[in-house]
Amino acid sequence: MTSTVPRVTPAEPGRVKTHGPGRVQPAGRNPLSTRLHRSPRLRLLGLLALPLTWLVGVYIFSLVMLLITAFWRTDPFTSKVIPGFTFDNFVRLVENPAYLSTSLRTLSIALLVTLLSVMFSIPLGIFMAKVASPWLRAFLAVAITLPLWAGYLVKILAMRITFTENGFFNSALEPLGLSGPGFSYTTVVLTLTYLWFPYMALPVYTAVRQIPANLFDASADLGARSWTTIRTVVVPLLKPAVIAGSIFTFSLSLGDYLAAKFVGGSTQMIGSVIASNINLNPPIAAAFSVVPIVFVLVYLFAVRKTGALERM
Amino acid sequence: MKKKYMLLPAMMAAATLVLVGCSGTGDTENGDPATGGLSIDVPDVPMMDKLGKAEGEVNIVAWSGFVEPAWSEQFTEETGCAVNRRVAGTSDEMVTLMRTGDYDLVSASGDASLRLIAGGDVAPINIDLIPNFGDDTVKGMQGQIYDTINGKSYGVPIGRGANILQYNSEIVTEAPTSWDVVWEEDSPYAGEIIAYDAPIYIADAAVYLMTHEPDLGITNPYALDQKQLDAAIELLKTQNGIVSEYWADPVAQITSYAGGTSVVGTSWEILRKLTEDEKFKSVLPEEGSTGWADAWMISDEAKNPNCGYLWMDYTSSAKVNGAIAMGFGMAPANGAFCETSEEAAAHCEYFHATDEEYFENVWFWTTPLEQCIDGRTDITCTNFQQWTDAWLTVKS
Repeated sequence: MTSTVPRVTPAEPGRVKTHGPGRVQPAGRNPLSTRLHRSPRLRLLGLLALPLTWLVGVYIFSLVMLLITAFWRTDPFTSKVIPGFTFDNFVRLVENPAYLSTSLRTLSIALLVTLLSVMFSIPLGIFMAKVASPWLRAFLAVAITLPLWAGYLVKILAMRITFTENGFFNSALEPLGLSGPGFSYTTVVLTLTYLWFPYMALPVYTAVRQIPANLFDASADLGARSWTTIRTVVVPLLKPAVIAGSIFTFSLSLGDYLAAKFVGGSTQMIGSVIASNINLNPPIAAAFSVVPIVFVLVYLFAVRKTGALERM
Repeated sequence: MKKKYMLLPAMMAAATLVLVGCSGTGDTENGDPATGGLSIDVPDVPMMDKLGKAEGEVNIVAWSGFVEPAWSEQFTEETGCAVNRRVAGTSDEMVTLMRTGDYDLVSASGDASLRLIAGGDVAPINIDLIPNFGDDTVKGMQGQIYDTINGKSYGVPIGRGANILQYNSEIVTEAPTSWDVVWEEDSPYAGEIIAYDAPIYIADAAVYLMTHEPDLGITNPYALDQKQLDAAIELLKTQNGIVSEYWADPVAQITSYAGGTSVVGTSWEILRKLTEDEKFKSVLPEEGSTGWADAWMISDEAKNPNCGYLWMDYTSSAKVNGAIAMGFGMAPANGAFCETSEEAAAHCEYFHATDEEYFENVWFWTTPLEQCIDGRTDITCTNFQQWTDAWLTVKS
């Protein structure tokens, strides 16, 4: 989030300097820069104005508007939204067991996707950074990022074609006498893992590369075999990267609804419920959107407890 | 019902008597589910009484394929009204868009139209100003409940279609005659059934229950009391155990059949045609089915009402109405189109345009209201919010 600040910095003085074409003034004589130089507060304001407008005006404001809508109600007759203040929507979330089971299912999907991503990323990262030849390393790096070049919907539809009854997955398994999961919970987990895997794999790979080679030497000198080295040296050092990646895989999975729609069969996620209510009953959709927000906050809080956020 | 069909055209022809005639129908036919004439409290929105000068443009919210240059350009030429189109994907989106007040017209399906009327978002239509809306309009699309309230007409019919049972004849070798293949737990095609993904699909369960659970006393799938709704949801939950997937996206539905994931389930004629594969066949099962009927409606705050009326009249002519119906793949509202050419006749035949017997078994999408539209007054029916809420529990 802080990375937006330096991005703005060069732009501001640049705008000041190009006061008139071809007329370069000494910095001291430019009234604006003099004024900026004298007043640190103004400097700070100029620096932060743009990112803050974005953050507060667009991001936070729309979130607050969304949360306020959660306390409004819908006219059952006309489906019109009526401003007011009621907890009815939240009561309905608790009363109707469908909301709870959908929330828990979505949570389990998000956790499974994160777990699978970690399980694939660590061995891959270690192999790429420490074992693979430079050529193979470059090839794998491209292979991991390649899916990011394609559109999100295109990838989901590709998974749909792969897992369809007469699709690639089933025909590949046919000689073994097996058949794939079809469109189901499992397919949603696999699809989301496929979608978000690069967000986990890249930070993990970078983190493994940054582990100094002499740590491996020291570990070997002390008699540790490779598995012990991975367990006691590499994995603890990877923790911040895994947590950074998991924030992406977890929160992105939590909010997704297109995967459930196209490859989920009858799987219902939080996102699908919100999407189907957004026109019919916006207040209940807004109330339900509080659930993933709470999940992410609890997750971030738990992560903070481990101290990993400080080292990110 | 038959008597009503004889009556209505006569009333339509006697244009000055239309209002009196329809409100009369409302009183005498109260309780007849498929013929309109419902009396509910709706905001009193004035009707336009005479056509003025064209404003120069008209803004339309429509289904994809309803407003196309092929016929809108000629309209602009004839009337000087430029046509601005906004395509909407769902009925709910249409309702939301119409409430912004930025649009003059909407091509509303039955499940949107009642909400728009009750919300005071659309104005009654002065049929006198739409000469093309008259005798040629197919009987089944005149004075229907989803657009005629308190004897006032709110919609000019565009076209209609049924939700049919589509099956893959290579696997479903014996042509089904009943919906039981998609509803019963012991269906031979369990795990390969596709269902529609929207709360309005509850009505499909209700249609099945009408025949198979007569004790529930359902007489109109859109007028369900709590007990009847619970039974429909119970049936949908059973079905949830045997479906391969749910569709709302037409492309997803077509690929589901084509890819072999689903072999039987609910569909539209146009989607079956789009598979371009003869092995996919369709049937209107013996229980009947749900369906949809679309109508033009005019906003109560239309900025261009004159161009709006001109558009409704223009698109109700046999030629233009037929072009829309052929483009979209549905039965046209204007029956005269069917006699214009051989191609038109074939289209009408395929989509059962004038076959009222076919559509007699079709329950057109209607917004469920608390007031039972089947005429019961001793009980409260479930409204669309309750349907939406109940629908969630089906897939949980």
